[in-house]
Amino acid sequence: MSRPKISKTESFSAPAYVLFIAVMLAVFVLCVSVGSVSVPFRETVSLIAGAIRGEQAPATSAASIILSSRLPRVICVALTGAALSICGAAMQGLLKNPLADGSTLGVSSGASLGAVIAIAFGITFPGLPFAGTMVMAMIFAFASIVIILSLAYKLDYSLSTNSIILIGVIYSMFVSSLLSLIITFASDKIHSITFWTMGSLAGASYRSALLLLVALAVCGGVLLRLHRELNAFAVGEDNARHIGVNVRSVRLTVLIAVSALIGVCVSIGGTIGFVGLVTPHIVRMITGPNHAKLMPASLFGGASFLMLCDLAARMIANPLQLPIGVVTSLIGAVLFIIIFYRSRRVSS
Amino acid sequence: MRMLDVKNLSVRYGTLDVVKDVSFSVEEGEWLMIAGPNGAGKSTVVSAVAQSVEHTGTVLFCGKDVTRYKPQELARHIGVLSQNHAVNYAFMVKEVVGLGRYAYSRGIFSGKSDADEQAVVDALTLTGLEELADKSVLKLSGGELQRVFLAQIFAQDPNLLILDEPTNHLDLVYQKQVFSLIEEWRRKPGRAVISVVHDLSLALAYGSKALLMDKGRAAALGPVSEVLTAERLQEVYEMDVKEWMQGLLKQWEAL
Repeated sequence: MSRPKISKTESFSAPAYVLFIAVMLAVFVLCVSVGSVSVPFRETVSLIAGAIRGEQAPATSAASIILSSRLPRVICVALTGAALSICGAAMQGLLKNPLADGSTLGVSSGASLGAVIAIAFGITFPGLPFAGTMVMAMIFAFASIVIILSLAYKLDYSLSTNSIILIGVIYSMFVSSLLSLIITFASDKIHSITFWTMGSLAGASYRSALLLLVALAVCGGVLLRLHRELNAFAVGEDNARHIGVNVRSVRLTVLIAVSALIGVCVSIGGTIGFVGLVTPHIVRMITGPNHAKLMPASLFGGASFLMLCDLAARMIANPLQLPIGVVTSLIGAVLFIIIFYRSRRVSS
Repeated sequence: MRMLDVKNLSVRYGTLDVVKDVSFSVEEGEWLMIAGPNGAGKSTVVSAVAQSVEHTGTVLFCGKDVTRYKPQELARHIGVLSQNHAVNYAFMVKEVVGLGRYAYSRGIFSGKSDADEQAVVDALTLTGLEELADKSVLKLSGGELQRVFLAQIFAQDPNLLILDEPTNHLDLVYQKQVFSLIEEWRRKPGRAVISVVHDLSLALAYGSKALLMDKGRAAALGPVSEVLTAERLQEVYEMDVKEWMQGLLKQWEAL
């Protein structure tokens, strides 16, 4: 009997990975070089290569701009973009909903509420100045997901696009009213509080980059390993249960990983909306919906996307810098409407 | 050999008894048809057996309580084909069919085995989907999509197949195709089928045993010809379905 040709597609092919990584590296060099003071690409690359080899940096202004300000910022932007995008991809699979994302569900607002409470009430852990806002952001992100999803399940078991968006909007409004309340009572800290709600990575340091890298390695690793389970959820939760997926434990694992990662991102860069919505949507057009390909590609695609958004935020109103969240929300809101319109047309 | 043993199964939604004290069993090689009017609790019974809804009473598979099986292990024994399949993402047909092999995957890093590949190819061939293997499931018709999930369950290769009105939205030709495929599948050793049917002529044509449900209770249980009698159906459906059914049965034979 002749075997029909069934090509293998389980894993992402090597050339495609190389392409995604090459694009990301090119965007990286571009974003480090271009700015209010532009540095030639060749010099940028040799400076970065020298820094990696541990050489003493030359005492030029270009070297100091790149190594002490732009490089940590761009690295943090890339890692945040990668982290938010893999979270978006995982949530969209888990909930079988192409509009699910930390910002549309209200998880990011929840996380920023946690961070703001930590700032306003001075919650810190001794010896770890960052940990107060970070842990609070993570806890609030997880609590937000649990609240939103249990409300959504109560309202409509199939978690349709409409009810999720509705609850996400209502939850975000609820959170922003709480934020206003806190700002009223803690007006002396208004400047740092505004930062969380706008989203900016202007002051990012190498230490932030390291924190992001560790969080991404741990939580991203957990999510990447669950690619088969997420595929099953993306086809349908009932179908996932019927083929033998431990639905409860997978759902809990994904929600914990996603909220921890969003919590870390928000505690470092504030709420940067819609990245997790835009990236997986565009990447899915190239790789298809299989999470074995979608999630790794979203890492690289998300890093590239957010670096470009950050470049736009720096350059559009130069010398004035826009918050990066403004740029991503502008792009994201338009795309949101397009996806929503299309999904409505398909379902009707 | 006794495959499934259901004892005193009850399901309550709030204060409403949807299923009350239903008991039945399924032997190897049998095809049990669950029939009854709308709202009789047919689908709820199979959902409870498949552990998808909260219930009381016991469900034993090969003598062991189903709650004591791990999810993957249970999926190797019991497969469920439900009535609705709304898909949101452009997965390829072979990817959805390949998910049926999840129950056999072990470690995280173990890829697809040759047995997995072969099972997927066989399932696609059996259901006539080879040509559509690389097509997006979003572009399929309702009948084709139903066959994709049938192929998935063939790839899953369980011992007991539970079908919840599998051909609800399909026209007669497709219904006949799906039921013939399942009939062929059932004939191999170590297999049995339970299906919820709306169409009583299907129950008569393919079933070996029937459970007639009425208002959440078992009205009758036994061989199809003894359960689906004119008097009983008159009682449960409150109309003369037998005559109407015989008309439908002639339609089947004509196909």
